[in-house]
Amino acid sequence: LLKDENSEAALRLFPSDAIARAKLLLKNIGSIGAYSHSQGIPHIRENVAKFIEERDGHAADPSKIYLTQGASAGVQLTLQMIVEHSKVGIMIPIPQYPLYTATLAVLDANPVPYYLDEAKGWGLTTEELARSLSDAKRRGIETRALVIINPGNPTGQVLSEENMRDIIRFCKDNKIILLADEVYQTNIYLPKERPFHSFKKVLKSMGPEFDGFELISYHSISKGMIGECGRRGGYFECEGLDESVLEQIYKISSISLCPNVQGQIMVDLMVNPPKKGDPSFEQYKKEYDDIYYSLIKRAHKLENTFNSLEGCTCNSADGAMYLFPQIRLPKKAIEAARAAGKEPDQFYCLAMLESTGVCMVAGSGFGQVEGTAHFRSTFLPQPELFDEFCGGIQKFHASFMDKYRD
Amino acid sequence: MSTSTTVKILTRENMNPKVLKAEYAVRGELAIRSEQLKVDLAKGAVYPFKRVVGCNIGNPQALDQKPITFFRQVASLVEYSALLEDENREVALKLYAPDAIDRAKSLVKNIGSIGAYSHSQGIPAIRQHVADFIAERDGHPADPSKIYLTQGASAGVQLTLQMIVEHSKVGIMIPIPQYPLYTATLAVLDAKPVPYYLDESKGWGLTTQELQRSYDESVKNGIDTRALVIINPGNPTGQCLTEENMREIIDFCQKQRLILLADEVYQTNIYFPAKRPFHSFKKVLKSMGPAYEGFELISFHSISKGMIGECGRRGGYFECEGLDAGVLQEIYKISSVSLCPNIHGQIMVDLMVKPPKEGEPSYPLYKQEYDAIYNSLIKRAAILEKTFNELEGCTCNSADGAITFLPQPELFEEFCLGIKNFHAEFLNKYRD
Repeated sequence: LLKDENSEAALRLFPSDAIARAKLLLKNIGSIGAYSHSQGIPHIRENVAKFIEERDGHAADPSKIYLTQGASAGVQLTLQMIVEHSKVGIMIPIPQYPLYTATLAVLDANPVPYYLDEAKGWGLTTEELARSLSDAKRRGIETRALVIINPGNPTGQVLSEENMRDIIRFCKDNKIILLADEVYQTNIYLPKERPFHSFKKVLKSMGPEFDGFELISYHSISKGMIGECGRRGGYFECEGLDESVLEQIYKISSISLCPNVQGQIMVDLMVNPPKKGDPSFEQYKKEYDDIYYSLIKRAHKLENTFNSLEGCTCNSADGAMYLFPQIRLPKKAIEAARAAGKEPDQFYCLAMLESTGVCMVAGSGFGQVEGTAHFRSTFLPQPELFDEFCGGIQKFHASFMDKYRD
Repeated sequence: MSTSTTVKILTRENMNPKVLKAEYAVRGELAIRSEQLKVDLAKGAVYPFKRVVGCNIGNPQALDQKPITFFRQVASLVEYSALLEDENREVALKLYAPDAIDRAKSLVKNIGSIGAYSHSQGIPAIRQHVADFIAERDGHPADPSKIYLTQGASAGVQLTLQMIVEHSKVGIMIPIPQYPLYTATLAVLDAKPVPYYLDESKGWGLTTQELQRSYDESVKNGIDTRALVIINPGNPTGQCLTEENMREIIDFCQKQRLILLADEVYQTNIYFPAKRPFHSFKKVLKSMGPAYEGFELISFHSISKGMIGECGRRGGYFECEGLDAGVLQEIYKISSVSLCPNIHGQIMVDLMVKPPKEGEPSYPLYKQEYDAIYNSLIKRAAILEKTFNELEGCTCNSADGAITFLPQPELFEEFCLGIKNFHAEFLNKYRD
């Protein structure tokens, strides 16, 4: 497609900047069928570093960046570094994305849960972090790291800068590494009231007292407006980590040879999209904005739908792709759930699936305050089916409550 | 380099010791140094050589091996749906073979969006094609529900070993020499490698006596040996097992109650097809009759090797035979935590197991490219084997199979000469 002899045909199918970008990538990669550098193609890591610098206003080092097959692979690799033995604890939010509990189970480490406050928009306080940490200490657990998912999954909240500074201070005071899962950083629905700040940026703004602070930040091509989930691409950036630890990260990456090259290429495109003036910019901007505004619209519709259901309340989503409503199930439903050997919210979701074809994830899969019930829904169903989707949920919920009403 | 005097939270001293134990020589010290030399050369440094030649790793497309045209055509077509639209067909046909277009349409139909997470076990239609391929290769049926697509065979090896290693006294039998994925993975899992030696003087042959010796030794050491890894064709040794040898091995596993893990990624790199053809362990097992029903076997394959060499795409699969249903559920569950193997890797598996057939428009070019790579590999392997055997104090068995990576034909003579010169100098320097 890139040969000169085919350029006439190619230009009928592809814009010139796509062709130029592909040529540039090939020049820097060599063959896309070959194993690349185990840390990821250097040219692409340089572009990731540029992106981070532009986003944050602080320098980023390509040699501290690792491309991965989705953020998940990076999370699993770095947790594997940290878990020295089975008394190691890792602080995780409740509710959390269950990659964390699953990975800790496989590593035989201890999740150290801290609760987000549903009544306060899923807010996070350092008092709760301290409670969680001292509880772990009492149980003989050696807590080594704190996982923050910002924007939250499943909860969708976006942290304020002040909150983030408190968290960084907490980690420093307690000698804990901060693991910042920031895959939803471009899913930001209230950009004025609740903009995204990277932990790297906030850390760097806190001055020389925090030099040497240990932070790992994760990003992915699966989320945002890009949604190239199947390609399995992402990266993590290490800040303040010991050199010999970085060597070990490289070594473990090398056993799997390299992250898949198509995923790496999509990372390059994510961090270095068409710019104003480029031939493809107009179409890129239109597609991006259409997806963005459609997400906001659907998020509101679904939030209203959930808040209209009997016994159901739902916080709005500042970010990410999910709503996490709380349902208050009648006693009869809870009894029926137990009789079926299921958690109440799992029982509710199974009934919803059988009745509407809609597949949610029960709150018990994410963790929740004991005695509560939730479920997580994306707001991704296609716009043309969305009203039908909401209507189906309303109908199902009403009949479920009728069936099990006290 | 951090100039901070802060005491680090995470250090070598308190990180996961199993990670520290793991070693992977293929991309270890030599490879790291060679990368630095590449960087230096690019900056104009002067060395007694003009280029770095990576013979440490089976990465053929890094040594200018050309990709298979049909495969790349299909892979590029599924990326960009505009190419498959009727209104663009005229232009598309200027750039693509018609059967590549049809194949891409069929894949998109079966996959949906290639940007979406797929089924965690791999796209069902592709697993069906893998099953068809296995059935045709072996003459015995294969079940798509027992097939798992993976990001290279390596990911499948790591996943299945993770299943098997129950505790730190579990042993896994591995060949010496072996491909160091195995020792590295066992180190990270804190399990015991149980080494059995291939016999260099007998063309890297494998005897059941040696398997028995190795197994008995492990029992004496209090190790609970659970599985046997066979790499066939061998890596790094390149030998191909005979059917008889394979029956003995299966018999041995059955007697000692070991699961057989058959790493067969080099199954199409067969250089003496008449004398030393490839037989899959699945086929040999099935030919051994009802006494071996329920035998537990996992077989691994990959798109990285053969004539395809699409290493960077990270695709492969493993097939489970005779495994407990409860275990298969756990394999699915662990696969689901990583969501799915990357779609492009899965698509290349589909192309590998279902390439152009005789009569199809792309077949002549496909066959020509495939045969050209194959014949070139045989030729270069023979030249290199001769070069090594001519070095003072050096002997080299021939490769029945494997070896997918040799420097480009146009540089080959220079490469062999370079080795000869270095070896002579080295021996002169250190001669007794």
